[in-house]
Amino acid sequence: MRIALFVACYNDTLFPETGIAVTQVLERLGHTVTFPMEQTCCGQMHYNTGFHREAVPIVRRFVQTFRDAEAVCVPSSSCVSMMREHYEMIAEASNDAAFLAEVRSLLPRIHEFSELLVNRLGVEDVGATFAHRVAYHASCHSVRVLHLGDVPIRLLRAVRGLELVEIPDREQCCGFGGTFAVKNADVSGAMLKAKQANIVSVAPEVVTAVDNSCLMHLYGGLHRAGSAIRTLHIASILAAQGGAR
Amino acid sequence: MSIRVGKTAKAPEFPVAAKCALQNEQLRKNVHHATDVIRNKRALRVAEMPDWEHLRQSAHEIKEQTLAHLDRYLIEFERNCTAAGGTVHWARDADEANAIAISLIQQYGGDEVIKVKTMTSDEVQMNPALHAAGITPHETDLADMIVQLGDDEPSHIVVPALHRNRFEIRDIFRKKMHRAELTEQPEELAAAARRYLRDRFLRVKIGVSGANFAIAETGSVCVVESEGNGRMCVTLPEVLITLVGIEKMIPSFQDLEVFLQLLPRSATGERMNPYNSLWTGVHAGDGPRAFHVILLDNGRTKLLQSKMERETLDCIRCGACLNACPVYRETGGHAYGSIYSGPIGAILSPQLNSMQHSRSLPYASSLCGACYEVCPVKINIPEILIHLRGRVVQDDQKTLSGNLSQMNLAMQGAAIAFGSRRRYEAAQRLGRMGQTLFQRGDQLRHLPGMAGGWTRFRDLRALPKQSFRDWWKANSRETGL
Repeated sequence: MRIALFVACYNDTLFPETGIAVTQVLERLGHTVTFPMEQTCCGQMHYNTGFHREAVPIVRRFVQTFRDAEAVCVPSSSCVSMMREHYEMIAEASNDAAFLAEVRSLLPRIHEFSELLVNRLGVEDVGATFAHRVAYHASCHSVRVLHLGDVPIRLLRAVRGLELVEIPDREQCCGFGGTFAVKNADVSGAMLKAKQANIVSVAPEVVTAVDNSCLMHLYGGLHRAGSAIRTLHIASILAAQGGAR
Repeated sequence: MSIRVGKTAKAPEFPVAAKCALQNEQLRKNVHHATDVIRNKRALRVAEMPDWEHLRQSAHEIKEQTLAHLDRYLIEFERNCTAAGGTVHWARDADEANAIAISLIQQYGGDEVIKVKTMTSDEVQMNPALHAAGITPHETDLADMIVQLGDDEPSHIVVPALHRNRFEIRDIFRKKMHRAELTEQPEELAAAARRYLRDRFLRVKIGVSGANFAIAETGSVCVVESEGNGRMCVTLPEVLITLVGIEKMIPSFQDLEVFLQLLPRSATGERMNPYNSLWTGVHAGDGPRAFHVILLDNGRTKLLQSKMERETLDCIRCGACLNACPVYRETGGHAYGSIYSGPIGAILSPQLNSMQHSRSLPYASSLCGACYEVCPVKINIPEILIHLRGRVVQDDQKTLSGNLSQMNLAMQGAAIAFGSRRRYEAAQRLGRMGQTLFQRGDQLRHLPGMAGGWTRFRDLRALPKQSFRDWWKANSRETGL
């Protein structure tokens, strides 16, 4: 299958290794990965902060860039949530029937990375080896908007050598919340501390998730506290074949 | 018209109040413990219901249907309540509601009232109004009594004294009941409260209650509670005054079936409330001889016009969203500056208040969705929060200071960058160059302005030299679809 990668603006800029890992996994499974260079952002940051007018051209740009894709892979559940929760509403409000039709036609072809592997491609074992003690953080959007359930867990269970440990209160928010992290920095910091304590309690070597946004937040707290626990996007684990990154 | 939600008008912005709450270790411990206990109990009681999702959907639809035709149901309620011997009063706002209550109490010659737990009376600030009119209100719900005796504010819509532990309650009782010998044993505290309240139940002739539901078809009112103190208040006094927000209307008696399954499980993790009181008008020789209902608007009709905003009025005040909210868990209720706290407070208070106050509340959420997941009437709280953020931004952009705010400038800049590949790639290069000012090794420290909120609590890895798209280009990979 030809899979167009929407890597997400923050992954592109801050976590290029995630895009590389996604590409490696999909190519290893025999698929062709393409990267349309016109892509920028999904519009979530603007939309969720209340800048609805400003989000519209960003959404239009995304739709225009990917409208003819056979399948779109997004290694970020929060971006996919933005698309599934709000794109149709935004298009409806724009009173542009062609735009709305494009959104409706494109949405079913958009998949979060782990969802693409398990639900669309029917793969759980991607041939990875990663001999480490790993905790999975179930990010809010992956659980409560995409309803991924145990999809990412099934992928991790199939990784050779990987020991999976469960974080208490796994589905509790880490406190990131986009601009919430700076607008309400104190509360966000307190939520992070609670999450961090739960992570540390099961002593993993690595924390993983399907969102680098949460992982960036967790990294920020763990690194500040001098913890040796690493954060890694699930794609990096699934791409690994020898062990560490 | 003066629409008022508690003391919201004087409240500080959420981030400021939250910072203060976060420094109170005892409060946070109490809130953590209480919300964890209720949350887990709720989860157990919900898990045993095979038709939970159907019940939620039914409740949502009943509420939506009622609100779409609220004018009709309110009139139907008035007609049936009046036919059963009650009297219905209409209050446009807080002041009107208080004036009606005061004039009724004075008409019956009372100078004190016993009250059933009612958040709506806190919304209109009835107690200060009664005091000002020379009337003494006695809160009889145990938690509300603790709040009243402690000169405190409710911090939770179902468990108003959730922020207090039994040691603090012992101290309040010792001081206000003049019982220096009291210990913190729950049985002893309960006995002290019982003795204190029993005297008032038997003495006071006028009761004031709220309502969980008002039934249009029969003109009945329903209050659910755990202590029986509410039952005392609605049966013992000669006169009963019930304050009801107009959104508490449900069409028929049969509809209660849905809500009485959802509410107790969601609110306190009980299969059923120990006391479900339902009354219709007056009956000779049984209960109050006079019954008055005050139907309160106080900003509610404004919400009816928009489908999105109207959903806020579906709320049955179960408090499940507060217990599930990781923000509420850290700050408790007082930080919200409104008697309606937590996720529902963050959407209800600003809307009732026409957004003049509590503009920071729609941002008091990480949008994690836990509130929507537990809501028994399926209010999409995150969606409404985002909608209200849109209204805040629109208002801000009408002013010069709003346009020049850091957030607006940052968002406008980002919108320009995301508008074209060339500008986006230039912004990435600019970021990599600009960060050297704050870079120590592979870390960014002490970022300026808004971004400083990040580096106060967290580390941040510097932007890598090569973006993903640079890597893609460098490897001459496929860029079509």
